[in-house]
Amino acid sequence: MSEDIIHIKPFLRLAGLEPLVIRPETNFVNVGERTNVTGSKKFARLIRDNQYEEALSVARQQVESGAQIIDVNMDDALLEGVKAMTTFLNLVQSEPDIARIPIMIDSSKFEIIEAGLKCVQGKCIVNSISMKEGEAKFIEQAHICKAYGAAVIVMAFDEVGQADTKERKVEICSRAYKILVEQVGFDPQDIIFDPNIFAVATGIEEHNNYAVDFIEATRVIKQRMPLAKVSGGVSNVSFSFRGNDTVREAIHAVFLYHAIKAGMDMGIVNAGQLEVYDEIEPTLRNLCEDVLLNKKNDNNEATEALIQYADTVKSKGKVEVKSAAWREGSVEERLAHSLINGITDFIDADTEEARLKYNEPLEVIEGPLMAGMNQVGDLFGSGKMFLPQVVKSARVMKKSVAVLTPFIEAEKERKKLASINPNSASKGPAKILLATVKGDVHDIGKNIVGVVLGCNGYEIIDLGVMVSADKILAEAQKQEVDIIGLSGLITPSLDEMVYIAKEMKRRGMSIPLILGGATTSRMHTAVKIAPEYDNGVVHVLDASRSVTVAGSLLNKEQKNPFLKELETAYIQLKSDFDNKKTIRQSVSYADASKNKAVIDWSHFSVPTPSFTGNQAIELTDLSVLVDYIDWKPFFIAWELHGNFPAILADEKVGEVASKLYEDANKLLAQLIKENWLTAKGAVGFWPAQSKDDDVLVTNGKEEVALHFLRQQAKKTAGQPNYSLADFICPASENKKDFIGAFAVTIHGIEKHIKQFEENLDDYNKIILQALADRLAEAFAEYLHAKTRKEYWGYAAGEQLTNESLISEQYVGIRPAPGYPACPDHTEKYTLFNLLEAEKNTGISLTESLAMYPASSVCGWYFANPDSQYFGLGKISQDQVIDYAQRKNKPLEYITRWLQPVID
Amino acid sequence: MSIQEALKKRILVIDGAMGTMIQRHKLTEQDYRGTRFAHWPSDLKGNNDLLCITQPAIITGIHLQYLEAGADIIETNTFSSTSIAMADYDMQDLAYELNIAAAKCVREAIVQYKSKHPNTNEKYIAGSIGPLNKTLSLSPDVNNPGFRAVTFDEVVIAYTEQIRGLVDGGVDVILIETIFDTLNAKAAIFAVKEFFRKAGKPELPMMISGTITDASGRTLSGQTLAAFYTSIQHAKPLSVGLNCALGAQEMRSHIEELAQIATCYTSAYPNAGLPNAMGEYDEEPHQTAHFIEEWAKNKFVNIVGGCCGTTPDHIKHMAENVKNITPRILPILDPTI
Repeated sequence: MSEDIIHIKPFLRLAGLEPLVIRPETNFVNVGERTNVTGSKKFARLIRDNQYEEALSVARQQVESGAQIIDVNMDDALLEGVKAMTTFLNLVQSEPDIARIPIMIDSSKFEIIEAGLKCVQGKCIVNSISMKEGEAKFIEQAHICKAYGAAVIVMAFDEVGQADTKERKVEICSRAYKILVEQVGFDPQDIIFDPNIFAVATGIEEHNNYAVDFIEATRVIKQRMPLAKVSGGVSNVSFSFRGNDTVREAIHAVFLYHAIKAGMDMGIVNAGQLEVYDEIEPTLRNLCEDVLLNKKNDNNEATEALIQYADTVKSKGKVEVKSAAWREGSVEERLAHSLINGITDFIDADTEEARLKYNEPLEVIEGPLMAGMNQVGDLFGSGKMFLPQVVKSARVMKKSVAVLTPFIEAEKERKKLASINPNSASKGPAKILLATVKGDVHDIGKNIVGVVLGCNGYEIIDLGVMVSADKILAEAQKQEVDIIGLSGLITPSLDEMVYIAKEMKRRGMSIPLILGGATTSRMHTAVKIAPEYDNGVVHVLDASRSVTVAGSLLNKEQKNPFLKELETAYIQLKSDFDNKKTIRQSVSYADASKNKAVIDWSHFSVPTPSFTGNQAIELTDLSVLVDYIDWKPFFIAWELHGNFPAILADEKVGEVASKLYEDANKLLAQLIKENWLTAKGAVGFWPAQSKDDDVLVTNGKEEVALHFLRQQAKKTAGQPNYSLADFICPASENKKDFIGAFAVTIHGIEKHIKQFEENLDDYNKIILQALADRLAEAFAEYLHAKTRKEYWGYAAGEQLTNESLISEQYVGIRPAPGYPACPDHTEKYTLFNLLEAEKNTGISLTESLAMYPASSVCGWYFANPDSQYFGLGKISQDQVIDYAQRKNKPLEYITRWLQPVID
Repeated sequence: MSIQEALKKRILVIDGAMGTMIQRHKLTEQDYRGTRFAHWPSDLKGNNDLLCITQPAIITGIHLQYLEAGADIIETNTFSSTSIAMADYDMQDLAYELNIAAAKCVREAIVQYKSKHPNTNEKYIAGSIGPLNKTLSLSPDVNNPGFRAVTFDEVVIAYTEQIRGLVDGGVDVILIETIFDTLNAKAAIFAVKEFFRKAGKPELPMMISGTITDASGRTLSGQTLAAFYTSIQHAKPLSVGLNCALGAQEMRSHIEELAQIATCYTSAYPNAGLPNAMGEYDEEPHQTAHFIEEWAKNKFVNIVGGCCGTTPDHIKHMAENVKNITPRILPILDPTI
């Protein structure tokens, strides 16, 4: 019991599903700007094309990349704004990972704002209202915002026009404040001013003071109305330097540096485009400062100087301008610069110079190199560097260490001879063991995690792929590692992870276990893995989070609170999961079977394929595949999310993505020219008829049954419960139909991977692995096109661009066993037998039914124009029993393989 | 004495369940219909709000029992008296009349009570606004998450009509309760604010009571308690609190949190425990009252009472246990950051 009276501060408090409180120490709030049709061409196109699912992923991506609020704007002449806002926000509400944060409803039309306010349960920000059309309208709109419980952005705009000078800005904001607080009864902390950021350095003298006007107005506004907030759209200020990102970024950084000091609280900015104030090249920074603060600018001198400088940056390119200057610094500064910018050109010489300067070679690592890598870690952690850059930094680090290693060894030897304990100085860095679990062959993600953790000073022991539980745990104990990290991409790997967790408990281990990879999830970890091991099980979403997780787990003070908090979250997730289970509505297998996809077979006919049985196909010249490459997943592998090619021009990651794309294309050209790789595949077609959920295939003289599963979720009227078998003509129709299959792979990367490893070049190693995956997918796409037009020829006249291929606009589908429409991995055995895939392609299946080499794809071909991709969802026990009977396998065996989809 | 003044002085007690008490009367279809609706085309049994028109004596009698038990605030029997909820019985046109009639039942009970106890404390009528049977944040169709069964504007129209009925009927407070979708509550708040602003009348005080549906500590629509409070704070309510879904034991940590963050008075009226295997509430009056007393002593609450399964006996025990405990003091709102 406490008699202390509680004090509550007048902070701006917003809410999505969770609260957001803006306190003085918040410093600056990032408002995500990509869900704005006026600012993002991509988002505008998605909304215009009604691709709301994809549009949601734009919002999700902003949340994931750290936006604390998202700005949603639907002001486009081609859109019905009210409808678009309503549809999008209703959908956002059903995505808890997005709806978590507050929404800024952005429109110049109040009816659109109001439509948005009607969809959101949390406390929003309205962007914006103003006195442009007079006080009466302003008051009415403010009343309405207040009745919806929203905070408001007030633009410094009145009947006369938009405020440009400090005095006008302050005058309008003060007047609006008084009206809102005294007449409308608005809480002062719910008022946010946008005192208009205008472009400077336009050549028009009156514009020269615009930045000063904003900054100084902000200062006065915050002094006079300390509870109100100040916001603004930052990129306006550098509008004159369109197309010159180096200068624009510098201007933004300098502007924000001063504006935040003056009291600016939030802004619609592109965090990725911000340079750190201190990191800006001093000449440029001074020029920006002069222009923004309107110093030495009586006759546009400062403006002229910046324009002149901008031209040199433009013509010479960013790196060159900088290159001269940074070489002048101390050896420590040069090492740090090389690390941060991923430059290997000077690293050998600089390392040697540092070695001579320091007493012992080890001191170079512990001193300047670690200091540089710590900066990299911090920049990455705060979203100012991106994964491809970090991997390049790691390459520089490794090269530098390689120069030092012989000297360190010699030093150790010398000490040994002199009987000094070589390891007396320190225990050495914490060790993290990484492995892809038994039966799984995918390791790009694991390699990336290894590099990122390595950059942060951990010693990485990478056991590679397909590692048995026993080997992982024995090695962990032998090497006394501090953390075990497991990776997996295919669903059976989940069971293996559960098994490893159990084993760790049985062996009485005490170190934490971290899990990652495409198949893993926080929910699965909470429900299935965490309960099996008591000393910490952590799911890590991506490489960037692995650093903070490892940091928390290895810090004595943080570890227990961190695990405790996690445990609570996992228990919560588990109970949510358990509760949710009962809510899901499903129908019996018998009822689901009655609700199959309705296809009019009476008019059905399909051409006979040009051959039946299987054929091997080999490509040695991979150049034909280049046009079929879907680059989007390539960038996702590098944790750069977005559509291709839009990502190359993305304001935040565009520069990094473009560099990566350039490097990838360079390597791609080389590997094609020098015939590094071979693409091997097999294609086959067979007469087929469906019988319930089986498809009976005639392979020569024998009949082979393919077994499919049917959706059991309760559907709305008119929506079928799909099974892939629905897309093959039933035996009862007595018509000719066929099914096809394919398996493709890329051979030959191992040798080159090894070479990159020897050259300490993780960057190109990961690029090569990711490219091999892309080429396998491209090969699958290529064969599918060939199948449609030639081998089977059911869509002979098809003309599709690569973009349409990626968005699956072709007729027919090619679902893969183990993926959503047919999640049973064991059907791969049948597929492989029909194709004689091992012989024809050299792909082998692991015990978890992963395909090796890792860059492999297989699947069925369905030609029916009504066929479509779907997710099976959860199925019930009645279907599992039936399926086991159909496959003639023990129920336990089927249950184990279908575990992830059984309700 | 106004309710604001009373809250400064003591913990106020709100009444208990209406449904439980109506069940005791074992009413038949004919009882629900009365003479006026004898030939109504749809079944009416279970339309408890309708009893304010067809069996006002029973409803008044229940209110009176709660007054005798020591309740200071009596809720109108109007949880479902909106055109939207009444559409289930094809009685959407009766919404306004139902609210008038319900307020009258409470007024009548208070008159009777005061005539017996002339020196009693002031009693207050809370106009109950329920959550509706349709939600604004959730789609009823799993395959179409963007779909909504009702629009914000339709909800505002329905609530505005209910508010007009309650205000015309003479309630002292508007009670928006059992909120499981905050957007529905925001529509109700919007309706209240716009109703009084357009009518040019001073706003009646609002009591707002949310429902945490399970141990997750979130509302059904997914908000945390703090997010919920932030989202309704613009109502400038007289009180904010929690009711229904949980028993006192499960509600404790949530009401404790709310007491820390709410700038207004706090209220809590839990169910009589969690339902047993038979779906019945069996927490004894003294048990519930014991929990409530502990909250009061810890200064978590200003208004207490009961929801599903509670009876006049529960309220009596509560009123007895809290009567000498000084209420929670409102937090100090610092003028500066």
